[in-house]
Amino acid sequence: MTSSRSALSIYGEKAIEWLIRICGVSAIIFVFAIFFFVFREGAPFLADEKFSLWKFLTSTEWYPTSMSNIRYGTFALIAGTLSVTGVAMLIAVPFGLGAAIFVSEFCTGKLREFLKVIIELLAAIPSIVWGFIGLTVMNPVIQTVFHVQVGLNVLNAAILLALMSIPVMVSIGEDALKAVPDSYREAAIALGATRWQLIWRALLPAAKNGLLAAVLLGVGRAVGETMAVLMATGHAVNVPHSIFDSVRTLTATIAAELGEASEGSPHYRVLFLIGILLFTITFIVNLVADFVVKGIKNK
Amino acid sequence: MVTPKVQVENLRLSYGSKEVIHGISFDIEPNEILGIIGPAQSGKTSLLRCINRTMEFTAGTKMSGTIRVDGEDTAKMRDVYGLRRRIGMVAPLPVGLPLSIYDNVAFAPRAAGMNNKSELSALVEKCLRQAALWDEVKDRLDSLGTKLSGGQQQRLTIARALSHSPEILCLDEFSIAIDPVTTMRIEDVLKELKKDMTIILVTNLVQQARRLAARTMFMWNGEIIELGPTEQLFGDNPKDKRTHDYVNGIFG
Repeated sequence: MTSSRSALSIYGEKAIEWLIRICGVSAIIFVFAIFFFVFREGAPFLADEKFSLWKFLTSTEWYPTSMSNIRYGTFALIAGTLSVTGVAMLIAVPFGLGAAIFVSEFCTGKLREFLKVIIELLAAIPSIVWGFIGLTVMNPVIQTVFHVQVGLNVLNAAILLALMSIPVMVSIGEDALKAVPDSYREAAIALGATRWQLIWRALLPAAKNGLLAAVLLGVGRAVGETMAVLMATGHAVNVPHSIFDSVRTLTATIAAELGEASEGSPHYRVLFLIGILLFTITFIVNLVADFVVKGIKNK
Repeated sequence: MVTPKVQVENLRLSYGSKEVIHGISFDIEPNEILGIIGPAQSGKTSLLRCINRTMEFTAGTKMSGTIRVDGEDTAKMRDVYGLRRRIGMVAPLPVGLPLSIYDNVAFAPRAAGMNNKSELSALVEKCLRQAALWDEVKDRLDSLGTKLSGGQQQRLTIARALSHSPEILCLDEFSIAIDPVTTMRIEDVLKELKKDMTIILVTNLVQQARRLAARTMFMWNGEIIELGPTEQLFGDNPKDKRTHDYVNGIFG
């Protein structure tokens, strides 16, 4: 048998191998390129004598365009982002995972297909539309239901963010649950587990990595979301004391002010520093989640 | 006359439009080991899943006929979870749940509401010993059950099936992934367990049925070809020629 392959097919294979390698490496390149760009724009200001990193992180005074005394304190913005994200997750995680469990384990046939289409539709709504809903629908609703003066606040934005991240959680979470082999279900059922015990004691442990990924994608969406929170938070620099306080987030600040800051000015550089801050927050979230997953695995 | 432990009457089962069990009837006596042999696709596993009513879990199945456990119609039992706890099931492919070894064995007792730690630990140890697994895992009860080797996982599922002290133990080709020495150890355990429970042993190893079962049932294409004393099926003159051919490996 003469089975020596032609030179062409060998080179073809090599070429495909390289192509795939480039695809894989490109993700790394992009991340570093973005990181480099943001850093290049923001970093020079770190060395400026008027700038104090401690003040930048802990001061609540954000007056980037003050005539007499310019102050760049982002603590209120950080608090705004974290409070909105946190409340959003309090709403989204139970609802999202609950919906994922419902769609994956309890739904059959038509209802299931219908629900999945609706949920995907929910994911396709542009964020500006969500912001519009926050401004014109949720605002008066919150004012009348909770008897507060301003309806544009943490709660308003958190509900919007929850609704925006739930579809992502549901579809990823449902995939994770569907990936659990039926033999697990069969085994748990044969051991006399009720439906609830099956889900709680067998399915959730089996799917926990995927479910965690679902939650993380939701968090990522919430931290990074800009337009809807810009419109729904009230955009007031303020450390919130209740969910009815108006706040301003890191992302919204960049979006609102970058257009007006002249390129290369201190204000411009500080906005890029905020970008680095956002980067750091999502990085820490991912890192923590990674450790959590590894911790569970090694147990 | 003693009430049979399990009575199957005119059982029919179909997946969608395809009927896989064509109206079979037989009894299983208390404290006997019933061997069930037969080629793949003959309905053995489906039969077991009908008995513990996990078949209902699969969409599109239709079952008719009656199955009685201790004279009580299983279809009319309201506490289906209670029924499943009375039946231990060992699946052919080992399914260690993605939990620790300890939690795997403690799953059913916990589901039934047992919470006392020392009681649970004693039970887990007893079951793991019975399944000939204790010595290999006693130092790492906290590690994942799914990390065990195939044979160990299989014994883990046996320990798990024993954990809820079943009245009926269904073994579905339990020895596929287990070496012959361990298989013999488990077979000895089964002979002991026979005093306390009724055992249904589905096996591809016809000699295993011969070693353990007092009576053996030969199934083929969803029908019972022959059911009788094991010696009769394995002797020179079984009632059906197909039985003779199958147990002697000259089938088809």
